[in-house]
Amino acid sequence: MLPENLKEHSAALAVDAFDADAIKGGKFEFGELTLEIAPAKIASVCGFLKYDQAFIRLSTVTAVDRYPAEPRFEVVYHLHCIERKERLRLKCRLMGAEPTIESVTSVWRGANWYEREVFDLFGITFQNHPDLRRIMLPEDWEGYPLRKDYPVLGPRV
Amino acid sequence: MSESGVPGLSTEVLEEPQQQGGGRRMVLNMGPQHPSTHGVLRLLMELDGENIVTCRPDIGFLHTGIEKEFEVKNYQQAVTLTDRVDYLAPLSNNLGYCLAVEKLLQLDIPPQAQWMRVMLAELTRLNSHLVWLGTHALDIGAMTVFLYCFREREEILKIFEMFSGQRMMTSYFRIGGLALEPPRGWYARIKKFIDVFPSRIDEYENLLTNNRIWIGRTKGVGMISLEDMLDLAVTGPMLRAAGLSLDVRKDAPYSSYEKFDFEVPTRTENDVYARYLVRIEEMRQSVRIIKQAMDGMPGGDWKADAPHVVLPDREKMKTQMEALIYHFKIITEGFRVPEGEVFHAIESPRGELGFYIVSDGTATPYRVHMRTPSFGNLQAVPRMVEGTLIADVIAAIGSMDFVLGDTDR
Repeated sequence: MLPENLKEHSAALAVDAFDADAIKGGKFEFGELTLEIAPAKIASVCGFLKYDQAFIRLSTVTAVDRYPAEPRFEVVYHLHCIERKERLRLKCRLMGAEPTIESVTSVWRGANWYEREVFDLFGITFQNHPDLRRIMLPEDWEGYPLRKDYPVLGPRV
Repeated sequence: MSESGVPGLSTEVLEEPQQQGGGRRMVLNMGPQHPSTHGVLRLLMELDGENIVTCRPDIGFLHTGIEKEFEVKNYQQAVTLTDRVDYLAPLSNNLGYCLAVEKLLQLDIPPQAQWMRVMLAELTRLNSHLVWLGTHALDIGAMTVFLYCFREREEILKIFEMFSGQRMMTSYFRIGGLALEPPRGWYARIKKFIDVFPSRIDEYENLLTNNRIWIGRTKGVGMISLEDMLDLAVTGPMLRAAGLSLDVRKDAPYSSYEKFDFEVPTRTENDVYARYLVRIEEMRQSVRIIKQAMDGMPGGDWKADAPHVVLPDREKMKTQMEALIYHFKIITEGFRVPEGEVFHAIESPRGELGFYIVSDGTATPYRVHMRTPSFGNLQAVPRMVEGTLIADVIAAIGSMDFVLGDTDR
């Protein structure tokens, strides 16, 4: 459901018209529009936004850990429309146990490394990703450093 | 083609059939300690003769967990972390981070601080482009340019030192304004530099722009289509060399860039040579901006009127109770930032630098993500070099102007 206060934003209206079930919520703060998307719909919504709404650039993909709250993870996408000089933030909430979401590499190839980074540092799996390998950490690293339950300091030895 | 174009080299030699059983492929490992990868980039290339069949970049050797470290520093302390991300453009990083936090705090920055920021950010652009030009030319074999560029860069670093006391890790922009009052005599110092600098750019151009070897090594090399670049998250001078005038300074002006008169140089050739020309022209435009900033520098305050965020003057701290309390509070526990999330992008010398900051209402950022230009740009390496010759790889990756600290964070 599209919140009432977002009805004046054309991108939000367009997504709502495309797939009314996809929008779980949203807000407009600090001059930035955020739409919360149902995780299962992320790839189709991104495809619609790129090809129909001219958000041709994916600026970045990242995640936020809300530990210990559930759903624990937020996967955050920043989109950029060059024509209209407009930016849009999409957000998907994932549960803490085996977080998995559809990859958007089929829409923007550039999502590849960003999703690998999130996979490496948060342990979120991206389905249908062409090359889901570690990117930052060594092969034998244990744990996911950017999760909130991962310590900043190691034990003293 | 019957003639190879190179005297004394018959094409028959080039067209000799390969070894029996088809060409044998070899895997070449370049880096992570190869001097032309400017840091610790590792490229795994599968070669068929001299042609690159596949290229796989391997990054992460410089991953230091800076994004995690943000989560245990208070907002003002974290400024020092941003310097260390892209160590060739520390002030651009400071600026991006401060603007993002100021957006969360909804602070108004006084004009003098904004203009100072613009002036120093453009000096940073010069600094970064000079290092790029020097090392890029050195990679291709033009050594003199390197020495010339570093001569001017030294001047810029001295200017930074004059402002902040530091040559590289300046941390001069703070949330709410500047770290220190602009030093006495800054105008004369920068004027002395900026008056000669355009003639120095001419010197570099004399050495390179019409140099036959330079043209031979760079023209028509490292081509990649604009569509591919947009799809692969490339930003900055690479896009502008492909004809797309995308510059955050124009599209979403920050820190009063809208008050400056400058152009965004573009080319359409989309090769290494075009990227060189774009960056050279960007340097000239930066000089224009710096001159405007110097001459039109507004007076007044250099930090925001927000006692709960900005440290009080030393004098006030010693004479006013109120200022002393604020000083104590800010130093011991930092300042609280309202709950929310922002993304703020600026145009760093390498492209779009964005800070995504999530605040939970405390004095420490809940999450900071940096959308660094080098990370996005490097993704395009395979698309750019696959199918080309191994000798062109150095020129092609050099034209991207990445910094591995910026990539790995």
